[in-house]
Amino acid sequence: MDTVSSSARPQADRAPGLRLLATLLGVAALAVVPFVAPTMQLLVNLALAKGLAVMGVTVLLRAGQVSFGHALYFAVAAYGGAFLMTAMPGADLLLVLVVGVAGATVSGLLVGLFVVRYRGIFFGMLNLAFSMIFWSILEKFYHVTGGADGIRLPRPTVLGMELGRADFELILFYLSIALMLGLGWFTIRWFASPVGQLFQTIKTNETRLEYLGVSPRRALLSGYLLSAVLCGAGGVIMGVAQGVVTPEYAWWIRSGEMVFIAVLGGSGSVQGAFIGALIYEFVRTYASAFAGDVWQMLLGGFLLVIILFAPRGVIGIVEALGRRGTRSEDAK
Amino acid sequence: MNRLLITSALCAALPMAALAADKPDALKVGMTTFLTGPASVFGVPARDAAEILVEDINANGGINGVPVEVTFIDEGAGAEALTSEFRRLVETGEAEVMFASISSGNCQTLAPLAEDLEVPNFMWDCGTQKIFEENDYTYVFRTQANAAPEMVAAVAYLLKTKPDFKTIAVVNQDYAWGRDSWDIFSTTLKALKPDVEVVGEFFPKFGAPDFSTEISRLQALRPDVILSTSWGGDLDTFVQQASQRGLTNTSTFVLPLAESSLERLGSSLPAGHIVGARGDHYFLHPERRDDADFKAFMEKYEAKTGDVSVYPVFHASQAFAALQAAYEKAIADNGVDWPSKEQLVAAMDGLEFQGLGNPVKIREDNQGIEDQLMGTTVQTGDYPFATLENIMIFDGDELTTPVGEVSIDWVGGLDAAFLDGLTVSTFEN
Amino acid sequence: MNLTIFVLALFDGIAYAALVFIVALGLTLIFGVMRILNVAHGSLYAIGAYATVSLTGAFLSMGFAPVFAFPLMLVSAILVGVLLGGPIEWLLLRRIYDKPEVLQLLVTFAVFMILEDVQRLVWGSQPYFQAAALQSLGNVTLFGVTYTVYQLILLPAVALALLLGLRFFLRRTVIGKLILATTEDREAAQSIGIDADKVFLLTFIVGAALAGLGGALASPTTSILPGMGADMIVLSFAVVATAGLGQIEGAALTALLIGLGRSFAVYVWPETAVLVPYLIMVLVLLVRPEGLFGSPAARKI
Repeated sequence: MDTVSSSARPQADRAPGLRLLATLLGVAALAVVPFVAPTMQLLVNLALAKGLAVMGVTVLLRAGQVSFGHALYFAVAAYGGAFLMTAMPGADLLLVLVVGVAGATVSGLLVGLFVVRYRGIFFGMLNLAFSMIFWSILEKFYHVTGGADGIRLPRPTVLGMELGRADFELILFYLSIALMLGLGWFTIRWFASPVGQLFQTIKTNETRLEYLGVSPRRALLSGYLLSAVLCGAGGVIMGVAQGVVTPEYAWWIRSGEMVFIAVLGGSGSVQGAFIGALIYEFVRTYASAFAGDVWQMLLGGFLLVIILFAPRGVIGIVEALGRRGTRSEDAK
Repeated sequence: MNRLLITSALCAALPMAALAADKPDALKVGMTTFLTGPASVFGVPARDAAEILVEDINANGGINGVPVEVTFIDEGAGAEALTSEFRRLVETGEAEVMFASISSGNCQTLAPLAEDLEVPNFMWDCGTQKIFEENDYTYVFRTQANAAPEMVAAVAYLLKTKPDFKTIAVVNQDYAWGRDSWDIFSTTLKALKPDVEVVGEFFPKFGAPDFSTEISRLQALRPDVILSTSWGGDLDTFVQQASQRGLTNTSTFVLPLAESSLERLGSSLPAGHIVGARGDHYFLHPERRDDADFKAFMEKYEAKTGDVSVYPVFHASQAFAALQAAYEKAIADNGVDWPSKEQLVAAMDGLEFQGLGNPVKIREDNQGIEDQLMGTTVQTGDYPFATLENIMIFDGDELTTPVGEVSIDWVGGLDAAFLDGLTVSTFEN
Repeated sequence: MNLTIFVLALFDGIAYAALVFIVALGLTLIFGVMRILNVAHGSLYAIGAYATVSLTGAFLSMGFAPVFAFPLMLVSAILVGVLLGGPIEWLLLRRIYDKPEVLQLLVTFAVFMILEDVQRLVWGSQPYFQAAALQSLGNVTLFGVTYTVYQLILLPAVALALLLGLRFFLRRTVIGKLILATTEDREAAQSIGIDADKVFLLTFIVGAALAGLGGALASPTTSILPGMGADMIVLSFAVVATAGLGQIEGAALTALLIGLGRSFAVYVWPETAVLVPYLIMVLVLLVRPEGLFGSPAARKI
C-alpha cells in the first residue's frame, strides 16, 4: 500500500527538471499572448480564471472527493467583488480580489464544517445542494442581487489609477498569470507538506489516518478551504474580466464544467487544470463560432472521446494509472 | 522645395484619409441572436429573417454597390463565449457594424464593450430602458423602442378598452425584464388610475414548467385583470394551463408579448384578451399589410419557415433598414464612396428608416422612437389561432420617456389627462 | 391560513409531487442498482415529452380520438428506454464500470450535452404544446377552484401505481430479485450465475423508460422546449439524494415533501418557492447523512 500511495504523488518527483522546464515554457508562451495574439487575450484570461477554479476542484480530487457545487465559491467571490464595487465605486482591483476571496474563504469554512463529514456521492450532492441554495437566493432576491441578470462589476482602479479598457485588461491578464504561478506553486507545495500529505491519504486509506490519531475531517477541511480560496480567486478574475456577474456563476452546470475540465486536463494535476481550461475554452468558443448551434454536441462528443480513449486526461496519465491500482487494491 | 510640396500634399491628404474610407468588398455585420436556449423562440426567427433581408439588399445591388455579409453569434452559448466572440469579430475586422443583442443582460454587457472598441452597435431587440438613461453612448444605438413605451402602451390600451376594472394580479418571469416591466406597468397604472388594487404579485422562476399553484391562487383571488409580460415557453405554459382550468373565462389577460405566441397558442387563447407586440409588429399590420414590400417579405418568410412573422423579425428588419439608411445618408452627406466610422455614427443622429413596421426615428440620446400596436384577441376561423381586433397604434413620440428623464419617474408623474391626449389610430382588425 | 387555502395547497402539492416522483423514480432505480448518477436522465425526460407530443399530434391529425394520447405516452416511454437507454448502456456505460465514479458521471454529462443539441436538431427551438390527453379528462371544481382531473387524480394515481408496481416487481418477481441481488453484491451475484451485464442493461432501459414516461406524462401540462431537461435533472437529484440513494419509498416521501413545501411556499411566501427543494435536501442530509431511508452503512467509495 505504501508504494501505491507514493506513486499517486505528482510525477514531479520523478522528472522534476523536465516538468519544470515544460511548465516554464508554457507560462512564457501564455505571457506573450497579449503581444503575439492580442485577439486571444480575453479568451486566455477567461481560461486562466476558470483554470484557477478548476485547480480548486483538482485539490479535492487529490483526496478522492468530487464536488458538484464548487461554482458556489466562484459565485460568492464574484458577487463579493461586485457588491464591494457597488458600495465603494472605484475600489482597487487588489481590494476587490481580497474581499472576494475572503468571502469565498468564510463561506468555504461555514459549508466545509458540515460537508467534511461526508464522502463520495454524498459529499458531491451536499455541495450541489449548497450551491443551488445560493443560486436560488441570487435568482430570487432581485432587489439585492439583480436577479437572473446579475449585477454589473464596473472596472476597478489599479493602485489609485483609473485605466482604460486596454490597459486594465493587460494588468488583469498579468495579475491572472501571477495568481496562476503563485497559487499553483503554493498548491504544489501544499500537496508536499505534512498537512497536504495527510489530506491526500483520505483518498487511499482514511482509516489509517484515524489510527495515526489524525482527524480526517480536519485534514479534509484544510484542503476544502484551499479549494474555496482557489475557486474564489477564479471567480473574482472572471467577474472583473466580464464586467458583470450573474447567478449562472453558481449554476450546477458550471460546477459540472469545472469537474469536466479537471478530468480533461488530468485529474489531480495543477498544470492539468490550466491546460484543460485553455483547451475547453478554445473548443467551446470556436465550436460555437464555426459550428453554430451544435457546439454543445461537439463539446459532449469531445468529452466522451477523452473519457473513453484517454481517461487520464492530457497530463495525468501516470497518476490515473496509480489511482486505478489503488481502486483495484481497495476492491479486494 | 520638392520635399515641401510632398509634405503639404500629405498634409492635405491626411484629413481626407480620416474622413473617408475605401469601399470594402463587403459590409460585414456581426449579429448576436439566440440560436440555443429558451430565447431561441426569438433568435431563430430573427436569424431566418436576417438571411432573407440580406439576400434582398444584395439582390438590389447592396449598399452603394457593396454587398452585406452577416455573421451570427449565439447568445445562448453563455456570456463568456459571447463576449469573446464579439471582440474577436470586431478586433479581427470581421465585422464593421455589430447588432447586439436580444437579451437585456447581454446588451448591458456588450454596450460598454462596443463603446470601448469604438464599433457602431445597434441594440436591435433588447428591452431595458436603463442603458441610455444611465450612460451616454457615442457608438451604441437602439433601432427599436424600449420597455417604457411598451408598458405605457399596454396600460393605455387596457384603460381605453376596459376602464372600469378594480383589481389586478401579475405573473411575470423572475428576471430583470419581468421585474422591470412590472415596475413600469404598475407605476404607470397607479398614476393613471389610482384606485386599482394589486391583489397578487407572482414571480415564478424563469423557465418554470408549472404554474398550477399560481393558477389555483389566482382562481381564489379572482382578479379582474391578470398581467403577464412573460414570453416564449413560459407564456405558452401559463396561458395553456390557465385556459385548461378556466381562468381565461373569469379574468381578462393583458399579455404585452403574446403576439409572438399567438400561432403556437392556437385555440388556447380565447377571444377578449389584450395582446401586444413590443412595437407595431404584427403579420397583419393594418397600415402596412397592403404594401408590396411587406407582402413580399411575409410570403418569403412563410415559405422559408412555415410560420407567420413575429416581432423579432420586425426588429431584425429595422436593424437592417437602419444600417442601409445610415450608410446611404453618410455617403450622401459627405459625398464619399464609403463613409468612415465617424461619418456613419454622425449619420445616425436623427436618422429615419422603415423596416416592416411604421418608420422609426433615432433620437438625440440614440434611442429609437417606434410606434406601439396593441389589440384584443379574436378567433375568427381565418387562421387556426387567435388574431387581433380593435387594434390601436399609438404614436411612439408620446409614449417614450423624454430625453434626459428616467422612465420610472416620468411614468409616475403622468395623470389621467395624458391618456386623453394620446394620438391613436384605431382599426377594427 | 384558513382551511380552504390549506386544502388547495395540499392538492397543488400532491399533483406536483406525483410528477416529480415519477421522474425521480428512474434516476433512483439506476443509481440504486448501477451506482451511476445519470445526468442524461433530464434529456431522456425531455425526449419522452417531445416524442409524445409528436406522436399524439400525428395520430390526432389522422383522425384518432384524443384518448389515444394515453397509450402513445407508454409507447414514447418504451421507445426512449429501448432506442436511447439501451444503446447508452451498451455502447458507453458498459465500458467504464471499472473507471472512477467521476468519469462515469461525466460520461452521462457528455450524453446530456449531446442529447440537448439532438433535441433541438430534431424538434427545433419553438415550444410545443399538446394537451389533448389532459383535455379529454375534463375538470373538477373544488372550493370554487377548478382543477384538471389529469393533474389532480390521474398523475397521483399513476405515481402510486408505479410505486407499488416497482416494489412488487423488485421483491416478488424473479427478474426483480436478480436485480436486487446484483445491487447487493455484484461479484457474489455473478458467481451464482447471474448475468450482471444483462441486469444492468435491463435496469438502465427501465430507468430510461421511466424518465421518458415522466416526460410523456408532463407533456400535456407544460411547454416542451429546449432546456426543459436541465431543470428537471437537478430537482430529481435533490429528491434522490434526500431520499437515500436507491430508496424508492424514500423518493416518494421526498417528492411529497418537496411538492407540499413548494405549494405552501407559493401561498405563504412565494419568493422562497424555488429554495424549498434544496433547503429540504440540506436539512435532511445534515440530520441523516445517508438520506431519509438510506442505510447507515454507506459503502466506502
